[in-house]
Amino acid sequence: MKTVTLTVKKEPELYLECETLTPDAFAGKKADEIAKIPAYQGREDTTLGEYFSIAGQAGASAAETQIIINGDCSKMKYIGAKMSAGEMIVNSDTDMYTGGWMTGGKLVVKGNVHSFCGLGMEGGEFIIEGDAGNYLAASYRGDWRGMQGGVLRVKGNAGSDICTFMNGGEVIIEGNVDIHIGTHMEGGKIVVKGNANRRVGGQLVKGEIYVFGNINVMMPGFKHNRDVELEVDGTKAVFAEYLGDLGERHPKRKGETVYGKLYLKK
Amino acid sequence: MTKVVKDVICPFCGTLCDDVEITVSDDNKKIISVRNACAIGAEKFNHTSLPGRVTRPRMRQPDGTFKEVSYDEAVDWTAKTLVNARKTLMYGWASTSCQAMSVGHEIAEKIGGIVDNCATVCHGSSLIAIQDVGVPSCTLGEVKNRADRVIFWGCNPAHAHPRHMSRYSIFPRGFFTVKGHKGRKIYCVDCRYTDTARCADEFIQVQQGYDYELLNAFRTAARGEVLPDTVGGVPKEKIYEIVEELKGGRFGVIFFGMGLTHTMGRNHNIDIAIALTRDMNDFTKFNIMAMRGHWNVTGSGQVLAWQYGFPYAVDLSRRTKARYQTGETTSVDLLIRNEVDACFNIATDPGAHFPIDSVVSMSKKPTVTIDPHINMSTEISDLHIPVAMVGVEVGGCAYRMDNVPIETRKVVDPPDGMLTDVELLTKINERVDELMGAK
Amino acid sequence: MSEYIIKNGHVFDPVQKIKGDKKDIAIKDGKIVEASEVSSSAKSINAKGKTIMAGAMEIHAHVAGPKVNAGRWFRPEDKIFDSHKKPGMTRIEGGKSIPTVFKTGYEYARMGYTFAMEAAMPPLYARHVHEEIHDTPIIDEAALPVFGNNWFILEYLKNREIENTAAYIAWILNQTKGYGVKIVNPGGTEAWAWGLNCLTINDPVPYFEITPAEIVTGLMEANEYLGLPHSVHIHQNDLGNPGNYKVTLDTLRLAEKVKPKNDFGRDQVMHSTHLQFHAYGGESFANIESKAKEVMDYVNSNEAITFDTGNVTLDETTTMTADGPFEHHLCSLNHLKWFNVDVELETAAGIVPYVYSPNVSVNAIQWAIGLELALYAKDPMRCFITTDHPNAGPFTRYPRVMSWLMCAKTRNERLNTFKNADKIIDRTTLAEIDREISLYELAAMTRAGPAKSLGLSKDFGGLKPGMNADIAIYNINPEKLPTKGEDYEKAFSNVAYLFKDGKICVKDGTVVDNGQKKTFWVDVKVNPNKQVRHDVVEKFLKYYSVNEGNYSVPDDYAPHQHIISLDATHA
Repeated sequence: MKTVTLTVKKEPELYLECETLTPDAFAGKKADEIAKIPAYQGREDTTLGEYFSIAGQAGASAAETQIIINGDCSKMKYIGAKMSAGEMIVNSDTDMYTGGWMTGGKLVVKGNVHSFCGLGMEGGEFIIEGDAGNYLAASYRGDWRGMQGGVLRVKGNAGSDICTFMNGGEVIIEGNVDIHIGTHMEGGKIVVKGNANRRVGGQLVKGEIYVFGNINVMMPGFKHNRDVELEVDGTKAVFAEYLGDLGERHPKRKGETVYGKLYLKK
Repeated sequence: MTKVVKDVICPFCGTLCDDVEITVSDDNKKIISVRNACAIGAEKFNHTSLPGRVTRPRMRQPDGTFKEVSYDEAVDWTAKTLVNARKTLMYGWASTSCQAMSVGHEIAEKIGGIVDNCATVCHGSSLIAIQDVGVPSCTLGEVKNRADRVIFWGCNPAHAHPRHMSRYSIFPRGFFTVKGHKGRKIYCVDCRYTDTARCADEFIQVQQGYDYELLNAFRTAARGEVLPDTVGGVPKEKIYEIVEELKGGRFGVIFFGMGLTHTMGRNHNIDIAIALTRDMNDFTKFNIMAMRGHWNVTGSGQVLAWQYGFPYAVDLSRRTKARYQTGETTSVDLLIRNEVDACFNIATDPGAHFPIDSVVSMSKKPTVTIDPHINMSTEISDLHIPVAMVGVEVGGCAYRMDNVPIETRKVVDPPDGMLTDVELLTKINERVDELMGAK
Repeated sequence: MSEYIIKNGHVFDPVQKIKGDKKDIAIKDGKIVEASEVSSSAKSINAKGKTIMAGAMEIHAHVAGPKVNAGRWFRPEDKIFDSHKKPGMTRIEGGKSIPTVFKTGYEYARMGYTFAMEAAMPPLYARHVHEEIHDTPIIDEAALPVFGNNWFILEYLKNREIENTAAYIAWILNQTKGYGVKIVNPGGTEAWAWGLNCLTINDPVPYFEITPAEIVTGLMEANEYLGLPHSVHIHQNDLGNPGNYKVTLDTLRLAEKVKPKNDFGRDQVMHSTHLQFHAYGGESFANIESKAKEVMDYVNSNEAITFDTGNVTLDETTTMTADGPFEHHLCSLNHLKWFNVDVELETAAGIVPYVYSPNVSVNAIQWAIGLELALYAKDPMRCFITTDHPNAGPFTRYPRVMSWLMCAKTRNERLNTFKNADKIIDRTTLAEIDREISLYELAAMTRAGPAKSLGLSKDFGGLKPGMNADIAIYNINPEKLPTKGEDYEKAFSNVAYLFKDGKICVKDGTVVDNGQKKTFWVDVKVNPNKQVRHDVVEKFLKYYSVNEGNYSVPDDYAPHQHIISLDATHA
């Protein structure tokens, strides 16, 4: 694996759109070629080289490429979006769409990320060491195909509307979350190790949500089924299992209705 | 001699009443009287002759005062601002014609603007709910002719859409509704007792911020599942009772407003209200409709949709593609995050409606406001360009809250020499072409 | 205006029965003329080794209007990664299954199309339809107002009042700048206003005491009473359901009772649209099978019928139709988002996204049925290729559909590689068909045929001197035909040249001129009719939510009108 190191040399005046900042776009390129890769600030077409000093070189393929980014990226969008392989480490906060639609590889953001990160994620590993904004791992507007696969871990808190229309994969929030968690979810697994505010599992069709802390207000469409001992992300405990959303449609399998499940740690 | 103009369309709210009759002086200069319109609508027509109306562009001077300039100077300044900016917010559009929007979008596509309308602070949340789950709906005439269960949820047409109840939803007699009000059961769900609640047969007081939970309870009850004793302050017995009444109707409709779109959860409140409506179609006929505010905000969504595929917050800044994301390309977010470097307001007043932080942000950028009147936005702008009032001094197409398009009528002449939106935008477009050709 | 002479190309023109002969085509003042009529300064285009046809004519697509636009805006995911600015004189083009107006005009033009019929215009929303048509570049367009569930029609035909029906049709065509009589799920959509449906042609319409059969027959009679250029254009009852071919045959047989009467050279009294959706056997989706053969045996035998195919393209798309109850049904099957609008006194519309997957047997069977219909058609002048855009797939897939029809190898490769290929082959007859549609037949199916069915054959759909100079030149050498389907697909996707009204609008797939699109509509003069006038006044006063004075489409919505005027006053 070869490493490219990018260091921010100029802060964008507005916001920099750099969907080209991925191992896929860098693969097979040397530093001077990477510098010429386009980036955008509104109507202005610019290059990565304009905003970053670039050292090292990429591997022959995305899988053989590691990208390390230093400096303040808090006004940069789409970092790691659609990446399919390789590794990225961002030593900064980042803006929207970080890791959006990623299908593989590993993306680590050492700071906070803004909204729409991990949007429509299909695979790979995405670790956010700080907090995440809203619409984490949600679907793009209108799409019924939200997160499909992969693992997304947030070590801090996350905002609202996370995991909307989730179909697969796993999201772990080690801190707290705000409202509307797993809305319209039809598969996959969400683990919230802190507290959840309200509206957890609204319109839940299928899938599992685990909350270790408190939920401020339970949805009326959930009913207690049983207590069960489980090991969830390394924690063994007794959980109260709720079935829901009873107001929503549910598929049938072998004549049995399949409900979504909400587990609340006792 | 005076003359009467009939079938006039009221350019105030999304109800778009089209039966207004206006008496004008025989020289087409002055409105003498307005019939059939509500108090707000009548005032809108009378605005044309308010004293102190600005009839020529005004440019901000270094000392903060405005100085009158010619339309040519105003067009030049505007075009230069648009061409020099990297990303311009082009906001408003809700009180102009679809024809004007088309010209505006052509400019936006050239200069890399972001075109947003006032759905962004209004029913945008309804639009994103519909993008997520669709919507079963109908035209307002269907409500008049068929509805026997009418629910007003988080809206107050008695104040915001004053003739809605008499024209479409509560009182009119239609083909299958010969008993008018007597044949309909009216429900009002709100966190406070409004004047609309006063017209309802049943008022359901929901605890503020519990609409989503209450709607979830309605859906759960409709499927015959158990409920907690109360939800959002409403006893479960009441919820079961109402659900049975709704199922027993022939044709139900839910009208909703800011009480759902702008309380906690926003689009999700609409989303689940739509889901309830969908469920009800397994038992009877049920529809749902947003009470759109500005008279042609719906039209802006329509034109943006057929040209770019998105109903508001359309980001053309790359000039090679159109993008859309509520929370990113929406005006308030763009301003608060300082993502744009110039502002172009037309036919809506962000100064009056936006959160203060975004208004402050706007005031620090080069800003032009195109509006017939002095408003809060003109006062923070570098340039105010007055134009003829669409729907009063010039015609043009508008879309009603149920998406029915109606061509508005010219009733009186605009003040001498005053441009219409279409004329002004066409001039700006031509000047932009000249400037960009020269670059 | 410029003069052109297109030299050395292979001409395919059923109007003149030219089957690929080398022939020069001359253009002057927007018309095709004899080669001797252009001056020596005419610009010469070398079409050596290329195929020349008239501009193609789309007879049925949902390309403009309220439901198309709802489909656009409620599906942002349809264009999140599909919005581009292409080279040429173009605006940004967006959308896969429901393209924006700009993309719609450009893509049709790039494929060699110069006319498109918007298949369903709710009269109350006519202004919206015309606003979109206005903004769609290059291609000529017209729109068919829907009548099959209109209260006026239901009330008149309950009493078999053909003259009143005809007078009302004439009034609506005038008010909406409409082209002809569209029927969608007759009676069923009115029933849908109460959440019900009419699934056979004999199901009574709630309250109105009339059956779909009576509606269809009455509208055919009124259509011929007026002598409109196009016949009634019908989307039948029970669309999309297994076993529906019986309802289809019942409906088609209604055409036996009515004779064509018009001055436009049209021979049919019924155009049956997207027949693929109406040719299903079996009792459920578990045992659905093709009845294309049975349906086509009848269609081939009755010259009073034209039809279009509605080919499934195996794409993710957006279904949309005035068949409101069908969309509700579809949403209960796939659970995706559902948009519905009921339109007072007139119609309804529903929209549901749908993914046609090659791995789903039902979808693969639908794909086969669409192709079978065209391949069983004995008269290419009565069979037209459509995808019922966007219902069975986006119109941008026409080149691929053509490649399946023209190249048996490509078609069989597709058939044999379905996940459940054995089942598909068993439930359909496609594997037994080796017919390949020729370029000449294609010209009939996409040019001369639709033009004749629409009553436009005098000026459009052919290359005879005197006809409008709408001409497509393709990179296909008839002397060395492509052996691979994908070569056909490539050639049909991007014309070498497209002339519209005698101007080059597309060159090598790039838009070079936005042309001057026209809106076609039919203006019929009828005897003054007090009854209809009275009913119009009453219905607007009591039941409509707009005033009559605000119902019509203002002239400036369609700045370039091609008005077909006819006199249907009866002594």
